[in-house]
Amino acid sequence: AEGVVCGHDLFVASAMEPPDNILKVKTHRRGKDILIDHNYLEIASPTTSTKFGHYYDISKTMSPELLQSIKWHSFYLPEELSLEPKLKMCNMNCGYANLLHSIQRVIYQEGFDGSHPQKKQKNILRIGIQSLGSLLWGDDICSSDTPEDIHSLTKFLYVLRGLLRKSLSACIITVPSHLIQNKAIMERVTNLSDMVVGLESFIGSERETNPLYKDYHGLLHVHQIPRLNSLICDVSDTKDLAFRLKRKQFTIEVREAVLFHYFEPKRWNTWENRPTPTSLELEDFLVFHFHSSLIFFFLITLAVGARQLLETREEHLSSRLLILTQAERLCMGRRFFTAFHIFNELPCKGYGLSLFSAKASTQRGICSH
Amino acid sequence: MLAELNELLGASPQRPGTGKFTLLRDTGTDGSFLVHHFLSFYLRAGCKVCFVALLQSFSHYNIVAQKLGVSLTAARERGQLVFLEGLKSCLDLLFGEEEPSGEPSPLQFISGSTSNLKALFDFVRTSLTPADSASWKGSVLLVDDLSVLLSLGAAPVAVLDFIHYCRVVVCSQLQGNIVVLVHGSEDAEDEENDLVGNSLGHHSDLILWVEGLATGFCKDVHGEIKIIKRLSLESTEQDLVQVYQYKIQERNVTFFARGLSAAVL
Repeated sequence: AEGVVCGHDLFVASAMEPPDNILKVKTHRRGKDILIDHNYLEIASPTTSTKFGHYYDISKTMSPELLQSIKWHSFYLPEELSLEPKLKMCNMNCGYANLLHSIQRVIYQEGFDGSHPQKKQKNILRIGIQSLGSLLWGDDICSSDTPEDIHSLTKFLYVLRGLLRKSLSACIITVPSHLIQNKAIMERVTNLSDMVVGLESFIGSERETNPLYKDYHGLLHVHQIPRLNSLICDVSDTKDLAFRLKRKQFTIEVREAVLFHYFEPKRWNTWENRPTPTSLELEDFLVFHFHSSLIFFFLITLAVGARQLLETREEHLSSRLLILTQAERLCMGRRFFTAFHIFNELPCKGYGLSLFSAKASTQRGICSH
Repeated sequence: MLAELNELLGASPQRPGTGKFTLLRDTGTDGSFLVHHFLSFYLRAGCKVCFVALLQSFSHYNIVAQKLGVSLTAARERGQLVFLEGLKSCLDLLFGEEEPSGEPSPLQFISGSTSNLKALFDFVRTSLTPADSASWKGSVLLVDDLSVLLSLGAAPVAVLDFIHYCRVVVCSQLQGNIVVLVHGSEDAEDEENDLVGNSLGHHSDLILWVEGLATGFCKDVHGEIKIIKRLSLESTEQDLVQVYQYKIQERNVTFFARGLSAAVL
């Protein structure tokens, strides 16, 4: 959708359904392998566009006039295979080989790699590939623990990376990672990609009924961000993102853990004013965080804030690691990460310093380690 | 060139060392800043460098190298740097016409015609063997990164053979140095990758192991680096292990002892 709105060229590849359908008809699929097919959207109103990106109304489909204003290429695997069933490239799967040839042809013919300098306007090619690695592409990594050819997908990605690096194009690929049993392949795929984002839907999992997650439909994990042309990369502060699919909008939000509300010292300054968890929520906590339930129960009954957490450090040294690993899964708020960094003798700024008081009880104690 | 890392390693561009095999490993984080460091370090030291860059394009390394004070285009023009851009070479192999000079492509194993990495080794050997009189201070082979060869279909044994042949030529015959990066992930599910990494670790003189923090992301500390110096391959002396934490900045990487980041002090 962004490509259409910005006037870029599109290349849509699919083995599942004809690309026309992806671009025109709205198919709203839920499930673990979802990726937001925001290709079939319409702009709600031009005035609400921010400096980067636009807003879309996902209850409507895109108008045909808008689609006709750009040039788009399609690749539908069953059709392509019927035309050239024998195409082979370096022992790669036939479907992947076909797709690579097709992409390379478009890049070369339309001049995205600078091969036709006489073209006046330079444009960008946006490539979208649906469900790569699935059985429909002829690859068996999703259906077998010991696939016949584990290198097809990674070879494909490497050649694609080369094509993208030398042309004005960008590519987004969806991969049904929950079906791929061989974890080594996923690690290699991640290594060969620039940016890796994972969507975890709550449907069908125990989290669907968990009150912690009642406002959301799933979690968004950012596994990798590009580090290009620079030593540093632009990592955001928060890693705890969840998404929500409303009738007209798909939003991604920062998730606040419920736990955070109880232990934020600022919100309640006297013992009487503290928020009391309902018994149901407390129980869910204890069931959900099985290993750390003892720790958290202890903390809840004593209404321990972060300060007390640190003062009881000695007693909890042995269980320290437990707190840490569970905390990661909880994706707790920043203040807790601060406390855990102190636990691990790691540096942390600001809030952590004023919290921690050394045994000498100085005004602004500093970690002695 | 990262000055602080040079201090920690006891290295300086005036004495680049000879016959050393350095292994760079990263798990769960990006250790490419070490590759950039060694690239600019050896170029500054006046060595001839053969850089097998499999994962990124030339312009990426060039832009970062400029921030570290070295120009790769200038080095390439004066013959000090031989750059193999893996992505481009792969495209030429698959989509290009036949080689006019008749030389096989260094990444020929991708096409499946051979299963060994001999073509790649021949490329390294011809680029580092001095054709003219030795005008450079030494020879260096730099590889980023070896795990990509496994993804492209090379067997772990083939990769280890390739490195072995390179060591014979570069470290023994030419008295040069080799620096190799092996990228891994936190979960360590890739057995072939671990095999290559551990096997090379046994033969290395110096191992720089970069890991992310166990507690997750932190803005002021990007990770931990373990420096393992092999004092002697023959004797049973213990390796020297040092651990530091680091923070990557735009043009520099600062290293500090654990818990002593500038954010705290």
